[in-house]
Amino acid sequence: MACIEARGLRKTFGATVALDGLDLQVEEGRILGLIGPNGAGKTTALNAIVGLTSYEGRLNVVGRNPWTEREQLMRDVCFIADVAVLPRWMRVSQALEYVAGIHPRFDRAKADAFLAKTTIRPASRVRELSKGMVTQLHLAVVMAIDARLLVLDEPTLGLDILSRKAFYDSLLNDYFERRRTIVVATHQVEEVQHVLTDLMFIDRGRIVFSRSMEDIESQYREVLVHPDRIAAARALNPIHERKGVGRSILLFEGLDREQLSVLGDVRTPSVADLFVAIMSGRRGQAQGATP
Amino acid sequence: MNTPSNVMAESQSRSEALALDISPARQVYWLVQRELWENRSIYLAPLAVAAVFMVGFLVALIGLPARMRAAAALGPMQQHEAIGQPYVIVALMLMVIEFLVAVYYCLEALYGERRDRSILFWKSLPVSDVTTVLSKASIPMLVLPLVTVAVTVATQFLMLVVSSAVLAGSGVSPAMLWTHVPLFQTSLINFVHLVGFHGLWYAPLYGWLLMVSAWAKRAPFLWATLPPLAIGAVEKIAFNTSYFAAMVQSHFLGSPGSVTPAGGMTMEMLAPLPLGQFVLSPGLWIGLAVTAVFLFAAARLRRLRGLI
Repeated sequence: MACIEARGLRKTFGATVALDGLDLQVEEGRILGLIGPNGAGKTTALNAIVGLTSYEGRLNVVGRNPWTEREQLMRDVCFIADVAVLPRWMRVSQALEYVAGIHPRFDRAKADAFLAKTTIRPASRVRELSKGMVTQLHLAVVMAIDARLLVLDEPTLGLDILSRKAFYDSLLNDYFERRRTIVVATHQVEEVQHVLTDLMFIDRGRIVFSRSMEDIESQYREVLVHPDRIAAARALNPIHERKGVGRSILLFEGLDREQLSVLGDVRTPSVADLFVAIMSGRRGQAQGATP
Repeated sequence: MNTPSNVMAESQSRSEALALDISPARQVYWLVQRELWENRSIYLAPLAVAAVFMVGFLVALIGLPARMRAAAALGPMQQHEAIGQPYVIVALMLMVIEFLVAVYYCLEALYGERRDRSILFWKSLPVSDVTTVLSKASIPMLVLPLVTVAVTVATQFLMLVVSSAVLAGSGVSPAMLWTHVPLFQTSLINFVHLVGFHGLWYAPLYGWLLMVSAWAKRAPFLWATLPPLAIGAVEKIAFNTSYFAAMVQSHFLGSPGSVTPAGGMTMEMLAPLPLGQFVLSPGLWIGLAVTAVFLFAAARLRRLRGLI
């Protein structure tokens, strides 16, 4: 059974269409990166998945309807919105006591062990912690919950690079210990790409690209084309072309390495380059369609 | 990759966790505990008022033996009033502060969590909106009255003990003090007044305030006060009647126990007389039904309304 299954998800805020018939399927045990420009509908999609917003269309998350069964859903799903949502008045020890009191799957000892590795003191109030420490605390709470799905919306927004790295390291450690499904929406593509098993691009309320990372590695090639082979390279229908230092960099889909190596140096594109290529392709088409 | 034994351990631990469920009572306990952590004014405000009063009372103790001797010459009713007065004053002061804390709490309860985005954290936990709203409503309807009763009784007891010591030290018998301030009876009246009136009779007000705090995008206090005033004004202008104002006024100012006895302030005047009449009064039950509607609306709004 799929962990998340969405069919024709729609959500409008007045005249603004946030989700425009979004279809999405995430299997158990995957780590999905949901990448999209500002206003593409990432947060709305994640809010629908965790039952924070109503929607039209069909949505099933760990076998439940998120909008009508949020309470039961939240026993199986953990959600980190971004760094600023832990109540500022709360003490670290109170946060742990409270979650232990109301969550049937919270393991206090595990959270304590996680926090012992940090410099966070149990008596501190959230308002006294740095942004990085608040994220660590939230992560400690979430890691100690035996949930099937973890939903992260820009979890590392506003953190320095060390905290961001520490966050994703902890996430991966936890994943290897206990395979659960993770969905992470972020702008910081470079940092998550080594963590992901699947990648989706979202644009204007729809999923416009969806592949596993293995597929991307086998299907997409980036070539730093020799200047004298550029015409031959362009004839092979690159999906994107950009200027590098002294050389053009062309992105191809579905061609083998041997075929491309005659044109220049071949490498696997980064997620960021792939994102730019696919998004600018879409924007170009959209502009072409409406002259 | 998971080894088969890992997978088994995992599914086993999950089914164990499934069996472990959180009882509603435990959930409510932690939700109320959470409110007490966040809103320390629930107990600090009554304690502060009691402390300030005690300072004044202790200073005034110097004149107590003289006042008791003077009171001995009075008639029984005046004697009762003169001796009991400080005890009534502290009870009334605590009732006023209890009411103010309750109103402030309700206006902030479902508004603050949306303003500081912490609602995203609360909603990421398996607690329904209805349970959350009910636990918040229990603060002004039950917790604050009970805390205030406890603080009042403790303060009055302390006053009696200290007064008795002072009187005994100056050779005046404290017996008259204890007959005119029957602590058990006084506490019972205080309990019925706070839990009955401040908790249950005023409940529609708390329900209204909680609903507004779940709905308002800004200035919940204005949204809570202006619409009732506007309804009263429109009714007055359009129909030249004031049924709405009279209804609100009769419920909140003319409650069925406030048959003020002639004379001054005594603890007995706070008692809803008789208790049976209070429990059976339609006003109480209509009020509670209205409260239920407001609280249900507040829970719906908490589900639908996003961040501010």
